[in-house]
Amino acid sequence: MTRVMVTLDGNEAVANVAYRLSEVIAIYPITPSSPMGEFSDSYMAVNRPNLWGTIPTVVEMQSEGGAAGAVHGALQTGALTTTFTASQGLLLMIPNMFKIAGELTSTVFHVSARSLATQALSIFGDHSDVMATRSTGFAMLASRSVQEAQDIALIAQAATLESRVPFLHFFDGFRTSHEVNKIESLDDEDLRAMIDDELVREHRARALSPDHPMLRGSAQNPDVYFQGRETVNRFYLACPAIVQKAMDKFGALTGRHYHLFDYAGAPDAERVIVVMASGAETAEETANVLNQAGEKVGVLTVHLYRPFSMEAFVAALPATTRTIAVLDRTKEPGANGEPLYQDVVTAISEMMAQGATPFKSMPRIIGGRYGLSSKEFTPAMVKGVYDEMAKPQLRNHFTIGINDDVTHTSLEYDPNFSIEAGDVVRCLFFGLGSDGTVGANKNSIKIIGEETSNGAQGYFYYDSKKSGTVTVSHLRFGPRPIRSAYLISQASFVACHQFSFLERVDMTRFATPGGVFLLNSIYGPDDVWEHLPREVQTDILQKQLRFYVIDAYQVAAKTGMGGRVNTIMQTCFFAISGVLPRDEAIEQIKKSIKKTYGKRGEAVVQKNFDAVDQTLINLHEVKVPGAVTSTFGRRPAVPAAAPEFVQKVLGQMIAFDGDNLPVSAMPVDGTFPTSTARWEKRNIALEIPVWEPDLCIQCGKCAFVCPHAAIRQKVYDPALLKDAPPTFKSLDAKYKEFPGAKYSLQVAPEDCTGCTLCVDACPVKDKSHAGRKSLNMAPQPPLRESEAANWDFFFNLPEADRTAFSPTTIKNSQLLQPLFEFSGACSGCGETPYIRLISQLFGDRMVVANATGCSSIYGGNLPTTPWASNNQGRGPAWSNSLFEDNAEFGLGMRLTVDKQNEYARELVPAFAGALGDELVSALLQADQTTDAGIAAQRERVSRLKQRLAGVDDPRAKNLLSVADALVRKSVWIVGGDGWAYDIGYGGLDHVMASGRNVNILVLDTEVYSNTGGQASKSTPRAAVARFAMKGKSLPKKDLGMIAMSYGYVYVAKVAMGASDAQTLKAFLEADAYNGPSLIIAYSPCKEQGIDLEKGLQQQRLAVASGMEPLYRYNPALIDEGKNPLIIDSKDPSIPLEEFAYNETRYRMLLLSDEARAEMLMKEAKSDVQRRWSLYKQMAAIHYDGQGKPE
Amino acid sequence: MTDLTTTYLGLNLKNPLVASASPLSKKVDTVRKLEDAGASAVVLYSLFEEQIVHESHKLSYFLDQANEPSRESNPYYPDLDHYNVGPDGYLEHIQKVKKAVSIPVIASLNGVTDSGWVEYAKNMEDAGADGLELNLYNIPTDLYLSSAEIENGYLDLIQRVRDEIKIPFAVKLSPFFTSLPYFARKAAEAGANGLVLYNRFYQPDLDVETLEVVPCLELSTSADMRLPLRWIAILYGRVEIDLALTSGVHTAVDAIKAVMAGSSVAMMASELVAKGPSRLGEILKDLGDWLEKYEYESIQQMKGSMSQRAVEDPAAFERGNYMKALQTFDHRLP
Repeated sequence: MTRVMVTLDGNEAVANVAYRLSEVIAIYPITPSSPMGEFSDSYMAVNRPNLWGTIPTVVEMQSEGGAAGAVHGALQTGALTTTFTASQGLLLMIPNMFKIAGELTSTVFHVSARSLATQALSIFGDHSDVMATRSTGFAMLASRSVQEAQDIALIAQAATLESRVPFLHFFDGFRTSHEVNKIESLDDEDLRAMIDDELVREHRARALSPDHPMLRGSAQNPDVYFQGRETVNRFYLACPAIVQKAMDKFGALTGRHYHLFDYAGAPDAERVIVVMASGAETAEETANVLNQAGEKVGVLTVHLYRPFSMEAFVAALPATTRTIAVLDRTKEPGANGEPLYQDVVTAISEMMAQGATPFKSMPRIIGGRYGLSSKEFTPAMVKGVYDEMAKPQLRNHFTIGINDDVTHTSLEYDPNFSIEAGDVVRCLFFGLGSDGTVGANKNSIKIIGEETSNGAQGYFYYDSKKSGTVTVSHLRFGPRPIRSAYLISQASFVACHQFSFLERVDMTRFATPGGVFLLNSIYGPDDVWEHLPREVQTDILQKQLRFYVIDAYQVAAKTGMGGRVNTIMQTCFFAISGVLPRDEAIEQIKKSIKKTYGKRGEAVVQKNFDAVDQTLINLHEVKVPGAVTSTFGRRPAVPAAAPEFVQKVLGQMIAFDGDNLPVSAMPVDGTFPTSTARWEKRNIALEIPVWEPDLCIQCGKCAFVCPHAAIRQKVYDPALLKDAPPTFKSLDAKYKEFPGAKYSLQVAPEDCTGCTLCVDACPVKDKSHAGRKSLNMAPQPPLRESEAANWDFFFNLPEADRTAFSPTTIKNSQLLQPLFEFSGACSGCGETPYIRLISQLFGDRMVVANATGCSSIYGGNLPTTPWASNNQGRGPAWSNSLFEDNAEFGLGMRLTVDKQNEYARELVPAFAGALGDELVSALLQADQTTDAGIAAQRERVSRLKQRLAGVDDPRAKNLLSVADALVRKSVWIVGGDGWAYDIGYGGLDHVMASGRNVNILVLDTEVYSNTGGQASKSTPRAAVARFAMKGKSLPKKDLGMIAMSYGYVYVAKVAMGASDAQTLKAFLEADAYNGPSLIIAYSPCKEQGIDLEKGLQQQRLAVASGMEPLYRYNPALIDEGKNPLIIDSKDPSIPLEEFAYNETRYRMLLLSDEARAEMLMKEAKSDVQRRWSLYKQMAAIHYDGQGKPE
Repeated sequence: MTDLTTTYLGLNLKNPLVASASPLSKKVDTVRKLEDAGASAVVLYSLFEEQIVHESHKLSYFLDQANEPSRESNPYYPDLDHYNVGPDGYLEHIQKVKKAVSIPVIASLNGVTDSGWVEYAKNMEDAGADGLELNLYNIPTDLYLSSAEIENGYLDLIQRVRDEIKIPFAVKLSPFFTSLPYFARKAAEAGANGLVLYNRFYQPDLDVETLEVVPCLELSTSADMRLPLRWIAILYGRVEIDLALTSGVHTAVDAIKAVMAGSSVAMMASELVAKGPSRLGEILKDLGDWLEKYEYESIQQMKGSMSQRAVEDPAAFERGNYMKALQTFDHRLP
């Protein structure tokens, strides 16, 4: 029977099976498993039935803990139920997993295995998460490829139904979950053949039902709990055989045979590597090559890790085995070895003791760690392990793939060792996150996979930035299925889709001699050569590369493609590579254009067709000159002036060479210096704002809205201008606090992202030429060098003395130094201006608890951090704990601050002698409500430190260690709506209820932004989101109202673009309020489907429509006998549609299902009116002067 | 009882009150209300070719933007089954309206490209429209484009549409024609069945505070009908083409003036947008009452009765009248 071949990624392959075998699916998004839930939701939306003809119910929960609870409940009431998760999400499921297993409940959890957050969060793949669930009682089945992930998803379901043991099916996050590969698909008949309906009915029969009532989940006592625990043994003992039976049945059905432990390699191997998941693919490929060269090596792949069948394990090993290396993709600090290693040691020892092995003597066993957080695991490393195993003295508890120069665990290996087959074509494409490169390559690999007999694989790398992301697409295809589970290091086709990468990314080093280098270049074939850096020219010449150029920007502009060069570069690839005959390739590209874009309208299809046709005309091979002629080289990763740590460590990461940093380079506890983003000059703006001083009114609005703190203003002594660069601009300052000073507004040209918000915010227009503002965008390249010099000069001008003015006006607030700058957030991000603002207002005394999400990624993702310190060395101290616990994390910080303050205050009087009564009294009674007051207190603390420095008293030393707590601190708890409305809501509520002085900033984008657009409880009615595909049918949760109900929580709803003054006021009041404060900050996000350059306008519309009413609820007013609620926005003045239908999240529903869109919009309008009316009534309540409503 | 029937584009209409293109016709239910109020035909809101193309590009842009945004996210949005970004939604609307009402339904088209005009006109015919209204709307800003070139382009277009469709169609014009009679004759020769005078431009305004050009949408007043009234009076009976007056019809008397000048129908939008579909019923009643009162036998009797050819002083519609009008002011100056 001919099977259908499909080209898809691991997540889709698994979801496609799991969905069809489920009745209920409860999930929560978490990278890299989110797509499995999203695919399931998509299937449900198109009414795709499961195997039994009914459409599964897919629900998004508020957390993985919630998802596990819902799964547990659904299982207990008899539904075939599944979930998908990873990492911390899996950890949140552990309590329920114990329950589900303890109750012998059939289910499969599909996990794209991912690192756990330890010294740092990592979204990438390893087995830390699944290994943390070993004791839950779940069976654990590992898959090593996309094909296996699909197959074993089915085998796991068959086995769980028969064994009653719940299964955790896992595969490597990203490497397998996101790898696109060509596989044989499983149809409904396959599933039908594997799943016994009688077992399904038995599962239902065991369920709770009032029609045959029973109790499960009792509390047991010392008398019987233990015995009860032992009742399950026989199920676990039977489980491996049941799994093997299912595997055998599957093998007979499909021809793909799996075993609990699969051995591959020489039948008489002496050295055997034991490994799980994708690493096994690489190990097996390598072993085969080594064996062809005469070695005797093998690989044992562990599929069923729990229950661990010692008999099957030993039986699978060759009798000749003398040395075993067990590779674990996890780390257990302090353990005798990692889990798989310990299992292997136990199994071999136990079986040897029983005489149940074929070995003549006890094999030597070593264990090591590899591949943590998707660290590459290459054939070279596999060979390194085999080489180690051949040595007389073995290094146990080793690491492979890194340089551990501290505890010297790492094995040596030759990184140049390669086993890539000559008949496999390897291609690399360097693109920009938004240019469509990844999508085009996914499409190309689909074309190759589905239109040729080739095996095909695609894997896609992204850097950590959200704007100006570098993407690298790795494509392989060849005559056999592609099993290489590692990145391409040498490619016969290297394409650079963005010319600006040439100055910072070494791409040609990946090109094989005689290969192709394709460059998207504004320079034509005749003059491109002189614009290449020296290193690129050298590579082209030395490797004799065939060099092609196309001006894809121009073709894109000409054909209406905007900045999307995807179709163009894809066409170049097919035209040059010859993977298909040119005409056929073009036909296939056009076919897929029609398929992809057809429903977006004929005009879109046509412009793509035009782009394809124009590409062929504009693609040129360059006649390469015979010598290197370039006068410039690639730019250094960071400027020479950067601090040593930035130069040596972060700079190497920026240069895409972090893999070669040794262990000693890394901080031991995850602590990093701040103020590092300023050294990472990303230079991504095509245009930057140019200041016209003659029009400027020094209002500060431009700096106030800047998401990247890339435009700033300063007032300074005119005498400082004597050293100014020639093009530096200045004006007489219009600040009464700084008479005679000069004023400058300056853009950081290599840090600005070109979002244009500052230009939009600029209120001044030329009276003779209304189109000219005080800020106007202009092309960046000609300004880069001069403005960079101006920026350096400006940056080094002294900051304004913050004690000399009050930050209560916009213009004054922007004299404060931003201590959050140049983040990797999206260009025009709606969140970061709020963060920048708090860093300015409170940064020098601020500690930040940051929930996981966009803000933790652009705030804390290496290489650099935007959090910064001022010239006094003070600045925000920042940390991210988890997603779910952020409010509690921040409360803990507050508790420490308060406790240490209290302790310090207790100690101070004891040193009245050394300090003097006056200082003691001043320290304890300081008014710290203003910056001047805080500065005075800092000076007192400084005096305290001086006077106690020599005092030989342990209490004095203790006081010195907590003395800084005498200066007022501001604790900020920052996160998105996914955190505040959903996963962290319980904690948030408790922290607000605590009455403690914390400031909570909710960056409300109304959707899970970081994980890609899933609906949160903040998502408004009628908006389309993941898990709200037909438009959300229920209104947005009113978090502010809930908080107001406490009566003692300061609550504000702000939208900077609608009212900057109200925003500023709210932040100042929140900090000043001695109790919990909650600021809900409306944050435009591109996931709302808007151009972020329109972000300010869209905020204005949101407020004018009543969708985002602005208010402040200040409990302090109650004490003054006033109503605490002040509504700051006017009555809704425009229809909701005028706001909503500017945004794709609303508009796409209107285009797709007009009747439903209208129905939801009507209800959404009613939501707005009702809420507005309620607020108005609340704000109108008269208080009697005693703080009580009359 | 006075005979109110008239014909327009070869369609037999029960009275001369036609609902002009406006947002009112976006809902089938409202069209039904217009019919119930007595409208003899309805011109649907306009299909704008550039809007279709713009919507299509815009949707595609944002869906693309939502793709591959970062390593943690899939495309933000689920890929929905289909999007009504082409003319399909409009064409379905024609079908729905046709099913819902028995009065003639005239579809309205604002094209941009030659192929767009022709293709969409054909689509509309296929969807069941009884007639079409082509909005020849152009703001020429090119210093090197002559009026003759623009007019010839319009005429070519009329010819091409005529060649493609069988149903009658009218062209709705702007007031800015140097020689309207000439163009009207040529349009009739090219195959247009009617002229609709005039398209109301929404002229942008200037905000002197913000220094911005702001779009401005104002409803018409009865005074706005003077311009089309004059030109209908001039054209009536001289060109083989039906005439329709739109802009400024707010009362029965306005409608009567339109018919007297030579218009086959009086089209209304602003009055109905402001006061609702039922207002048409009031006007219709007033119209009937007026005709009864002044003992007109039929609309036909009245049609063109005050056209330039019919009035006592044809010069009243010409330049001489201009001088006369100005002179009336002489006596009013302070």
